Amino acid sequence: MKLSARAGQRIAKTLIWAAAVAVLAVLLFVILYVLIKGLPIVNWGFLTEIPRNMGRDGGIASTIVGTLLITLVAIVIATPFGLGTAFYLAEYTREGRITRIIRFSAESLAGIPSIVYGLFGFIFFVDILHLRWSILSGGLTLAVMILPTIIRTSEESIRAVPDIYREVCFSLSATKWQTIIKVVFPSALRGIANGVILSVGRCVAETAAVVLTAGAPLRMPSSLSSPTRTMAVHFYLLVREGISMDNAFGTAALIVILIFIINVGANALINRAMSKNRTR
Amino acid sequence: MMRKFREKLPGRIFFLLALSSISVLALITVFIVVQGAPIIARVGVIDFVFGMSWAPSQGEYGIFPMIVGSLSVTLGAVVLGVPIGICCSIFLAEFAPVRLRNLFRPAIQLLAGIPSVVYGLWGLIFIVPFIRNYMGGPGLSILAGSVVLAIMILPTVISISEVSILALPPAYKEGALALGMTHWQAIRSVQLPAAKSGIVAAVILGIGRAIGETMAVIMLLGNAVALPSSILDPIRTLTTNIGIEMGYATGEHREALFATGIVLFVVIMILNSTAQTIVKRKKDQ
Repeated sequence: MKLSARAGQRIAKTLIWAAAVAVLAVLLFVILYVLIKGLPIVNWGFLTEIPRNMGRDGGIASTIVGTLLITLVAIVIATPFGLGTAFYLAEYTREGRITRIIRFSAESLAGIPSIVYGLFGFIFFVDILHLRWSILSGGLTLAVMILPTIIRTSEESIRAVPDIYREVCFSLSATKWQTIIKVVFPSALRGIANGVILSVGRCVAETAAVVLTAGAPLRMPSSLSSPTRTMAVHFYLLVREGISMDNAFGTAALIVILIFIINVGANALINRAMSKNRTR
Repeated sequence: MMRKFREKLPGRIFFLLALSSISVLALITVFIVVQGAPIIARVGVIDFVFGMSWAPSQGEYGIFPMIVGSLSVTLGAVVLGVPIGICCSIFLAEFAPVRLRNLFRPAIQLLAGIPSVVYGLWGLIFIVPFIRNYMGGPGLSILAGSVVLAIMILPTVISISEVSILALPPAYKEGALALGMTHWQAIRSVQLPAAKSGIVAAVILGIGRAIGETMAVIMLLGNAVALPSSILDPIRTLTTNIGIEMGYATGEHREALFATGIVLFVVIMILNSTAQTIVKRKKDQ
């Protein structure tokens, strides 16, 4: 039996709508479940006390600090390298073998599993550079992990700036550097910021690479060279060792909220910057 | 003179930054290989890759059951996740009302941002008991891992497929509609074939994501090193093998885990370069 075109359209449309609704429903289910189980656990003490008794009691203050510091180290280190590489690729060199090699490795390495980055960080930063299990080792490992993403998104957005912008600049006898800093960079900022924000989210959520490089102590880190436990690792260990489901949910709820703030807040920030640019 | 120097300087600095980025990325490859290659050489490539027994305490290092594990879980995730993902991308590109689309896109971003361990716990609470009670087996199984991985690869599949559908020239769709096709006929016989390369790349990258996932599947797969006889059996993957044992491994055992990493690395590199080639060929056309 051959379906009439109209019936086919109706069936296909129904299936596609169903798939979309199902995905939204699963997403809402995952998030709401975590928030409903987790938020009642979160109170002032949970945010400000360090974990006691393996994480059964107390709060998660040290893991919040650890997460933020590791993410900060990763972003501060990866952004200049990523941006510099992107500008080099997009503005300072002709297409050739070097650009192809850089681009190929950035794109290939973007897909390498985080556990492999963890292995690398473990052997290189922890072992060979003697940084031990520390915020620095963890942050550097994550920096390497997010570098390909930052290079790729930045390069794409720099390339997306129309050539006419540059040509107008040059015709006004601006130098290359002036053109880049005054025209190209502001126009590409939205895309660049997007890539960086994406990376912040990945750092906060990462578990496998961090557990191999930053250790998992419960105490408050005292410097960048002290080991630390991030929220995601704390959550994982609480669940895996069956220590405390309640505190695990509390931690998960905070991570989800943090990710939400990063996504939403970042978008708002970018949009504001964009509209400012436009009126200028 | 000064001015000339100032003009040259940024280019030099950018070049140095690019050079260091690329060397770090090269270092990863070198270090994983240097750490893992000796044991592969000692055991023999064939015995390592196709060996059935993983018993580090007795010096037996065969990872074939884990390769089967990674492949089966990934296949399950693709079978469950890809059709739904492609439907969603069609929905976003073609059918979604603007308001719903504006809700959906950030939601997908959020879905991508949630830590994998949270999905792992969710699967442990809902999927694993469901499988144990209604389908048999221990619950911790290939199926449980596949279901959760299917959800986790959705953002990759959806966003990349959607972009490739949206990137088509509007004339394709307009032409199809002008010939009297219904919207669905236009999608099925014109737009999807035209966007095929992008969708294939999306699926390959999704596969890469599924193979590389570690922490969520540690919680869901049961981690037994044995060949599975059904999708309800527990299994261990290449990534979970590293994740579970790295904490206490020393000496030869640790080298064997790095060697597992090499295999993983090679598999992902092959997948990614395939995806890149497909996308590039499309671009060159």
